[in-house]
Amino acid sequence: MGSERGNGGERLRAAFSGDRVALMPYLTAGYPTLDGAAEVGEAYIAAGADVVEIGVPFSDPLADGPTIQDTTTRALENGANLDYCLKLASGLADRVPVVFLVYCNVVFARGAEAFLDAVAAAGVSGLVIPDLPVGEIEDFAQLAEERGVALCPLAAPTSSDERLEKIGRCATGFVYCVSVAGVTGTREALPSGAIELLRRVRSLTDAPVALGFGIGSARTAAEAAAEADGVIIGSKLMQIVAEDGLEKATAWLREVREAMSGISGAKVGG
Amino acid sequence: MRQKVEEQGRDGYFGAFGGRYVPETLIHALDELEEAYERYRDDPEFLAELNGLARDFVGRPTPLMFAERLTKKWGGANVWFKREDLAHTGAHKINNALGQILLAERMGKRRIIAETGAGQHGVATATVAALYGKECVVYMGEEDTRRQAPNVLRMKLLGTEVRPVTSGSGTLKAALNEAIRDWVTNVEDTHYIIGTVAGPAPYPRIVRDLQTVIGKELEAQSHERFGADPDAIVACVGGGSNAIGAFHPFIGREDVRLIGVEAAGRGMETGEHGASLTGGSPGVLHGNMSYVLQTEDGQIREAHSISAGLDYPSVGPEHAYLKDENLVEYVSVTDDEALAAFVMTSRLEGIIPALETSHAIHHAAAVARELGPGKNVVINISGRGDKDIGVVAEAIGMDAHEAEEAGSDG
Repeated sequence: MGSERGNGGERLRAAFSGDRVALMPYLTAGYPTLDGAAEVGEAYIAAGADVVEIGVPFSDPLADGPTIQDTTTRALENGANLDYCLKLASGLADRVPVVFLVYCNVVFARGAEAFLDAVAAAGVSGLVIPDLPVGEIEDFAQLAEERGVALCPLAAPTSSDERLEKIGRCATGFVYCVSVAGVTGTREALPSGAIELLRRVRSLTDAPVALGFGIGSARTAAEAAAEADGVIIGSKLMQIVAEDGLEKATAWLREVREAMSGISGAKVGG
Repeated sequence: MRQKVEEQGRDGYFGAFGGRYVPETLIHALDELEEAYERYRDDPEFLAELNGLARDFVGRPTPLMFAERLTKKWGGANVWFKREDLAHTGAHKINNALGQILLAERMGKRRIIAETGAGQHGVATATVAALYGKECVVYMGEEDTRRQAPNVLRMKLLGTEVRPVTSGSGTLKAALNEAIRDWVTNVEDTHYIIGTVAGPAPYPRIVRDLQTVIGKELEAQSHERFGADPDAIVACVGGGSNAIGAFHPFIGREDVRLIGVEAAGRGMETGEHGASLTGGSPGVLHGNMSYVLQTEDGQIREAHSISAGLDYPSVGPEHAYLKDENLVEYVSVTDDEALAAFVMTSRLEGIIPALETSHAIHHAAAVARELGPGKNVVINISGRGDKDIGVVAEAIGMDAHEAEEAGSDG
């Protein structure tokens, strides 16, 4: 099953199974412009991205801090609808696995099955749906599995061990560990709870583990890389794109890639 | 053990509506709240504290008043007002805020946050936070801080920090987004007092239960005053807490018509309204599945209503269920109709009702005439309208510095 580019979960696991920790930069579809977002994706791949996370703009992104909110507001003004996001993903998905970050109302408005058919056809490997937690995701998970689209559920420092086990079982892509109780944004240091969460998830599940929310420097990325299979960077990149342009953002991403090199992480098997 | 509510099938659901569509970080806090609620809801000490404050601090029970002049004017059923406007702080919102601060105290939370539209829930929350000595932050859309300025001052006087929210249209939807973001960030020491029967489970059920004091009193008072259940109960619906509270004991009784009145804003045909049930479709906003105003692509639309409390593009999930099961009728009333009812009620009954409430009053005229003489219709006067006088004066062109003759009461 799955799209012509293969099963999403398998593609993602392949990206985590190399000898380096996966670099997973985020971009907001439609930001800074409709065409500009594709350039951002190309630049990320050139800078060494192993997975590209594409944010599908939503009017009320409750899990996002001000930086990403500003980009999604602009993207919606630019006309970034779901069909545009699918085209953008399709243009990148031949080279790297693409993951959508999408809020559940956008999914349900299209219809769960029609949405999954569309993302599979566009070659999207996995989905992060921040407002569809374990407890609500089960019916959808069944439909996603039938179509070879992987799910990447969130795990939080506040999650119980029992929930982390369930989250791990749902994670046909990877477990998206949220570094801190909070919204997306940039933080100077890696919160102490982040490493603890990564270790708890690691001990309770077999799924690959990525860390996101607040990775704001090459140093914190390297710290995260020592414990995770992947490092997700969003707000910091969007902030540099907004303030200093894409070239600066790409240069910074290369620094991060460099800082993470030689760190093999606490890899999952295979 | 958890006591399941009859109409809820899956935990936290009302039919297909409700649920917990929130980031994982909040699930623990929702579990904690649910546990606390199950533990204390029937606890004698908790109930003694709640009922004691409801009596001495809030002033319950609120009266059921016969609106004699309106009854005459409309020439139909007897019209009764359930006077939630007489509750402390001027609206039904205090019933919920009080119950939740008692829960927050027992959960050991030192900090309280809330969102507010018209400011009535913000004031109620600021009030109970002061009573219990809690730090309190209220998020309010910037546009709403302007049109409900007196309530901003009241909150500040009560020691609450009011944070204006500029994103989106600067109204209730944006305030909720910011409150949820605050809660995600400060979940360990903060309790979020949601102001209506929306949000993720268990909020819709907790707020409903706390507001059901309205309906229980109404039932007893109706039997005392006219020896029967009301033939109809009319209430305005934004998020829907005053309506659920008034309706709940009567749901499923065949001889009681329950009517929820949404904001038709500038008219349903203009698309500028706040009527999620009569003009929306199923979707997810602020943690629950309900009816929402949205585009084909699932983007949430901005609502519009002259009343800040109805200016919201969704509605509590239990209302969505009650609509689909045909247990409650839902209609909508425009800004202009509500304004006319506001002015009429002020002049005819000596009560300045909230603009939200004025929507229900307008529609009650038609209901009273349909029912006819000898029947009884109750309007839930969910709040008082002092907060709205600036908006109303501007809308009807009234000037404090010009002498003006009082209009005839027709």
